[in-house]
Amino acid sequence: MNAATKDSHHDDHHDHKPGFFTRWFMSTNHKDIGTLYIIFSIIAALIGGFFSMVMRAELQDPGMQFVLDEAGNPDGQLWNVIITAHGLIMVFFVVMPGLIGGFGNWFLPLMIGAPDMAFPRLNNISFWLLVPAFLMLIGSAFVGIGAGTGWTVYPPLSATLGHPGMSVDMAIFALHLAGASSILGAANFITTVFNMRAPGMTLHKMPLFVWAMLITSFLLVLAVPVLGGAITMLLTDRNFGSSFFSPEGGGDPLLYQHLFWFFGHPEVYIMILPAFGIISHVVSTFSKKPIFGYLGMAYAMVSIGFVGFVVWAHHMYTTGLDVDTRAYFTAATMIIAVPTGIKIFSWIATMWGGSIEFKTPMLFAVGFIFLFTLGGVTGVVLSNGGMDVALHDTYYVVAHFHYVLSLGAVFALFCGFYYWIGKMSGRQYPEWMGQLHFWMTFIGVNMLFFPQHFLGLAGMPRRYPDYPDAFAFWNEISSYGAYLSGAATVFFIFIAFYTLFFGRRVDGNYWNVQPQSMTLEWTLSSPPPFHQFEIQPKVE
Amino acid sequence: MPFYALASEPMPKQLGLQPAATPVMAQLTDFHNFILVIITAITLFVLALLIFIVIRFNAKANPEPQKFSHNTLIEVIWTVIPIVILIVIAIPSFKLLYYMDRTADPEMTLNVTGYQWYWGYEYPDHHGISFNSYMIPDDEIDASKGQKRLLSVDSPVVLPVDTNIQIIVTAADVLHSYAVPAFGIKTDAVPGRINETWVNIEKPGRYFGQCSELCGKGHAFMPTEVIAVPKEEFAAWVEASKDGYVTYEDFKNAQTK
Repeated sequence: MNAATKDSHHDDHHDHKPGFFTRWFMSTNHKDIGTLYIIFSIIAALIGGFFSMVMRAELQDPGMQFVLDEAGNPDGQLWNVIITAHGLIMVFFVVMPGLIGGFGNWFLPLMIGAPDMAFPRLNNISFWLLVPAFLMLIGSAFVGIGAGTGWTVYPPLSATLGHPGMSVDMAIFALHLAGASSILGAANFITTVFNMRAPGMTLHKMPLFVWAMLITSFLLVLAVPVLGGAITMLLTDRNFGSSFFSPEGGGDPLLYQHLFWFFGHPEVYIMILPAFGIISHVVSTFSKKPIFGYLGMAYAMVSIGFVGFVVWAHHMYTTGLDVDTRAYFTAATMIIAVPTGIKIFSWIATMWGGSIEFKTPMLFAVGFIFLFTLGGVTGVVLSNGGMDVALHDTYYVVAHFHYVLSLGAVFALFCGFYYWIGKMSGRQYPEWMGQLHFWMTFIGVNMLFFPQHFLGLAGMPRRYPDYPDAFAFWNEISSYGAYLSGAATVFFIFIAFYTLFFGRRVDGNYWNVQPQSMTLEWTLSSPPPFHQFEIQPKVE
Repeated sequence: MPFYALASEPMPKQLGLQPAATPVMAQLTDFHNFILVIITAITLFVLALLIFIVIRFNAKANPEPQKFSHNTLIEVIWTVIPIVILIVIAIPSFKLLYYMDRTADPEMTLNVTGYQWYWGYEYPDHHGISFNSYMIPDDEIDASKGQKRLLSVDSPVVLPVDTNIQIIVTAADVLHSYAVPAFGIKTDAVPGRINETWVNIEKPGRYFGQCSELCGKGHAFMPTEVIAVPKEEFAAWVEASKDGYVTYEDFKNAQTK
């Protein structure tokens, strides 16, 4: 990216760039910080993806072959450390930095006609908090027995009873730092959106990606502090003799679960709302039609964000909640299907009657719509407090949340990458490579996750390093799918490098975005000047 | 040896739920079959729309895009119809939820306690018979006795059929979850708390379940095995076990001698 931007020409001859160290390590430029986030997200994805490959290799056949201790015996703790690291990395260090920190930083200011974020230095520290957080999380795996608690970090397993030693403390600090990073970033986005929109851009004219980022930021500001509180209480339980979560001191392990999921459920919308925003732009651009039902789309996201805060205990149907409470959470959870349905059908209506070009971003967008629907309807199954008893903590749940995240949020990451890489780097990816990457990924992930529905219905619990022999067939298929997706990811890395060094140079509006889908980033050169909008744009 | 055949276990290449052994699981299966039809129809409907769009509205087939961006009627329709579908799902869902919650008149109680990494069982109504139950390690599995790797235990639970059995679940160290798929039960074992579920097993046989809440390195290695027997046989087993737990295998061996 650096090489590409240095060579690029644009009309702004006063486009002064700082030196390498100042530019990348003391950055206050939203585009550079966005670039750092995207690079960070890709590196973290490779590490988190490596853990998935280890898991699928282990689960390919019954018995334990790879996850062994030094003496060659099956090592259940090592397995738990791997699944925990995979979950935490993918959530906090891949999807969130990629969608929010990466595309959010890059395109939110561009889309609202702002010269930069409201607090550029705050923006910088948001990113640089993430790096020690990530190092701390990776480090926790090498201290003592590692943090084998699952990404949910439920006590008492995560308390000193289950995890003596420093590893869980390190993981907690990692989450503190990542949380602080998210909160600062979110405050920055909210301030930017409310104060720095170009004249004429009312809230009801904002691009949907900006809407999505605004709602996501509110969810972050309201949800992440609750996680911070929960893990701080866990930290004092572990180190300072408090007993918030330990029954022998009058505490309650379920209190932690309530606090965690009060954060954890909005967290899944934090991951998917920016994806919704990206998909909306891509669908509109390539269909050459305006977004269908713009206001409905925006307020569907608002209502998803709102209802997302009052459904958390659907993760806790088997914990012994009162039956009336479960009935309430069943009803509240089902309601989310309505605004989600509005979004799916509005995307379809946007495409309807269009003149659609199926370029790589559009392929990922259409793939997203179908796979998110599939993950959504299994979510409706799981929302039923009764039905969930059979499926809770089985592979059905694993299949469900990978359909909405791995095939939803990650498809949106790829979608955004292919859509905007020309804008960000000034160079375009080769179309055939993008399409090949799409089909490899699409086939791979479906082969990987669809059979897991069958495993879950048959009763295979999640977080298991070994399983009864009857589950062998679908696990084997699933592992082959994982290898294909892994190969696709390696190919993607190749495409990314090829594009940066050899990609065709493109002009400002290389997708030929039509007026009805136009957003302000397409009015700038590719890549945009180091400081854009020196003359403030006006929106009619 | 007159062991009961396996009544329910995961089968190779299985696509759906395990066969039901309790009325709860039977209702749960019915509900799943019902909702599966709905979600499959929705998914296929969306897929059909997308395929139609790909064929009909690609740039070659439709060079000139239309311009509309609003249609109040259709927006109302795709808001109201999902609400109706959800209500149609919610009614049987609530019935199931309230039905499976607890049994009105339990005829006996089984206490289950989760430990790292085994289950402890106690029969408070039957001389307080109690024992711990460990998984049989892989290298000691005896396939000729029908033992299953990762599922069979050294000391199975023995329960009577056609009896409302209240199951009280707790844990002594970290969280666990007591689950038997064929019974349609899964109840978290939480230290300091007591959770309740119930079964009424309809036919004799052997049933398996696995711990369903991450509990540390042995999480995958603490299954539960339940042998359901006719009431008279259960009474005889209780009699044999009243001075100390006798495994079902030893009990049958002693009977045939």
